[in-house]
Amino acid sequence: MTGSDVAASASAVDLADGEWHRLHPATPLLRGGFAFVAIAGFVLANLRERILGLFLGGGPGDGAGGDPIELIVRRGLIPLALVVVLLVLIVIVVVFWLSWRVHSFRITDELVEVRSGILFRTNRRGRLDRIQGINISRPLFARLFGAARLDVNVAGHDANVQLAYLSGRNADALRRLILQRASGSREPGGAAAPLEHDGSLGGMVTQRAREFVAPELDPQLAPPESVVTMHAGRLLGSTVLHDRTIIFVLLVIAAAVLAAAAHLFVVLFGVVPALLGVGSQIVRRFSRSLRYSIAATPDGVRVGYGLLSTNNDTIPPGRIHSVEIRQPLLWRPADWWEVRINVASHSDRQEGGRRSSTILPVGSRAEVFKVLELVLPGIVGDGSRELVVAGLARAVAGDGYTGSPRRAAVLRWFSWRRNGFALEPEAVLLRRGAIWRSLIAVPTARMQSVSLRQGPLLRMLRLADVHVHTVAGPIRAVLDDLDAAVAAGFFRDVAAGAVAAARRENVAHVANRARWQGMSRSHE
Amino acid sequence: MTETTDLPVTPRGGLDPVPGEWRRVSPRYIWVDLVGSIISGLAATAAATIPFWVTQFAVLLAIPAAVLVVALIVAAFTPRRVRAIGYRLRDDDLVVRRGIMFQRFAAVPYGRMQLVDINRGPLARALGLAELKLVTAAAASNITIPGLPMADAEQLRDRLVELAESRRAGL
Repeated sequence: MTGSDVAASASAVDLADGEWHRLHPATPLLRGGFAFVAIAGFVLANLRERILGLFLGGGPGDGAGGDPIELIVRRGLIPLALVVVLLVLIVIVVVFWLSWRVHSFRITDELVEVRSGILFRTNRRGRLDRIQGINISRPLFARLFGAARLDVNVAGHDANVQLAYLSGRNADALRRLILQRASGSREPGGAAAPLEHDGSLGGMVTQRAREFVAPELDPQLAPPESVVTMHAGRLLGSTVLHDRTIIFVLLVIAAAVLAAAAHLFVVLFGVVPALLGVGSQIVRRFSRSLRYSIAATPDGVRVGYGLLSTNNDTIPPGRIHSVEIRQPLLWRPADWWEVRINVASHSDRQEGGRRSSTILPVGSRAEVFKVLELVLPGIVGDGSRELVVAGLARAVAGDGYTGSPRRAAVLRWFSWRRNGFALEPEAVLLRRGAIWRSLIAVPTARMQSVSLRQGPLLRMLRLADVHVHTVAGPIRAVLDDLDAAVAAGFFRDVAAGAVAAARRENVAHVANRARWQGMSRSHE
Repeated sequence: MTETTDLPVTPRGGLDPVPGEWRRVSPRYIWVDLVGSIISGLAATAAATIPFWVTQFAVLLAIPAAVLVVALIVAAFTPRRVRAIGYRLRDDDLVVRRGIMFQRFAAVPYGRMQLVDINRGPLARALGLAELKLVTAAAASNITIPGLPMADAEQLRDRLVELAESRRAGL
C-alpha cells in the first residue's frame, strides 16, 4: 500500500491547521476490511480445487459439473464473465475512492469536525474544551498498514468523533496536539516531526516492523515508563482466581454433571452460549492485559492495552469521576486488587478497541497506590494515604471511617463493620463489603449531586442510604444502611463539599472561559 | 411564588437532614397524582388477573384483590404524599424532598445543572401545572419538581438557569 505515504507526508501540524483534510487512503479497505477478507476467503475456498487444477494441469471437466463456473466455461462465456468481474471491481474501487474523497476532517483551535458519506452525509463536530479523553486504537488488520484510529471522546453517550484511519505517526502527533489545545496551551511546544523514512522499500518495511513492535507509535512521544509492569504469571494467577473464572468452572461442572448423569442434553443448548460468552470475556481480559501499561504524560494518564489489536487511551486530568478499588474473593491471600474508573464519555464501538473502565486489571497494593496517585492526584496524598490503607483492610475502631451501627447487621450480616465512609476535602471515600471488599473514591470536584433515602424497613431500624451521584459507569457510589442521624449529617457534609468544590472550580473555569473567549475573538 | 410553610409533612421518625422552611407544590397537583395512581392501579389490577384467566383457579383472584388494596392505599395517601414534596433554593444548591413511606432527599449544586426541562402532561396542563426536571451529567440524579403552577415553573426555571450560569463549572 504505497498510498499510505501520501497521508504521511503531511505533518500533524499541517493536519491541524483548520483546513479540511482526508484520511488514510486505505481507510475504506480497513473499515470494510474484515468483510473484504471474509469474502475473498470464501471465494478462494470455493475455487480452491479449480485453481489447483489450473496449476497442476488437471482438466476442468473432472468435477461433477453444474456449478456456475463449469457452466461459464462450457458455454464459452469466459470473456463476458471477465468483463462482469472487472466491472464489479471497478465499481468497488470507485465507491471506495469516492467514500475516501468525501470523508474528511478538520481540526481548528476550538473543535474537531468529521464529515463523511456519499448518499447520506453525516457531519459530527466536537468542542475541544469538552474533551474527556483521546483513544488511539490499532486493530490488527490496520496495524499491517501502519494505520491507527483516533477517537476523540466528548462527554455524553456515544459522543466520540472518530478519525479512522490515520497514518500511525500522525495519529500520535495529532493526539498530542489536540490535548494541548484542549488544555488551553496553544503553542505547538516542539510538536514532534513525524519520523521520516528514506523512501526505499527496505526502509518502509523496517519502519512498518518497528511500528508493529513499538507499544507507542512514535518513540519520541513515548511516555517515560509505565509505573506498573504486568507479570504474565500474576495475570494468569489472577485470571484463574477471578470470580468470573470460578463461575465459569462451576457452570461447566454443572452442565457436565447434568448432561452425563441425567442425560439432560437439552441443558447444553442453554448453557453453551453463556459459557462461550463468559469464556471469551476471560480470554479477552487476559490477552488485553498482557501488554498493559499505565503512565503519566503531560497530557494526562495514558493507559495502553492489547496484544494484537492495541489500544491507547489518554485521559486528561480531572476527567475521572470516580474510582473503585476492589478485590475478588480469592485474590485476598495474594493481596491483589483491581481498579476501575467512571468517566463521562461512553463510546459504543463495534470493533476491537473498546474503551475499558478497568484502569488496573490486577496489581499489588503498592501498584494500586501508584495508579491512584496518577488518577487522583492531590487526593491520595500523604494525609489520606492511611485512609486508603484502612479502606482496604478489615475495619478497626478509630481507623477514620464512620461505619454502620450494630443493628445494621440485620441487613448486612458480615459487612456492617466495614460499611462506612470518610470525608476528605478533596474526595469522599466509601468502604464496602466484607467478603468482596471494595473502596470507592469520588472526587468532590466531580460529584453531580447527592441523595439520602429511607424506606419503611430502614425507618424501623433507624437506618438510611446515601447515594453520591456521578456520571454513568460501572461504579455506583452508594453507601447503604448507615445510622439515620449519621447519614443525614453525611448528606449535609457531602452537599456542602460538592458546593465548595464546584465554587473552587467555577473560579478556575471563569478564568479559563475568559481566555477562550479572548482567544476566539482574536482568531476572528 | 408558591406558598411557603414551616414544614411539609414529615413522618414520625423520618429523616429531616436540612431542617427549615420548604417550598411546597400546588395542592392541585393532588388531582394529577390521584388520577395517575388510579389509572396505574387499575392497569396493575387488570394485569394481575392474567394468572386467573390462564388457569381458571379461583384462588388466583387473590392476587388482583391484593394489588387493588395496595393501589387504593396508595391513592388514599396521595394528598399526604403531595404535601411531602418540597424544594428549597439554598445559596449554592437546590434541595428537593419527596415521599413519606419512601423518603428521598437530593441536593444539586447549581453549577452542576446541565439543563432544566419543563414537562406538562394533559391533565396537568388542564390544571395549569407543570413539572420541572433538572438534568445533571449523572443519570442517577433524577431530580424533578412536579405540580408547579406554570408561571412559577417558568420563573423558577429562569432563576435556576441564571444561577447555574453564574456558577457554571465543568462536568
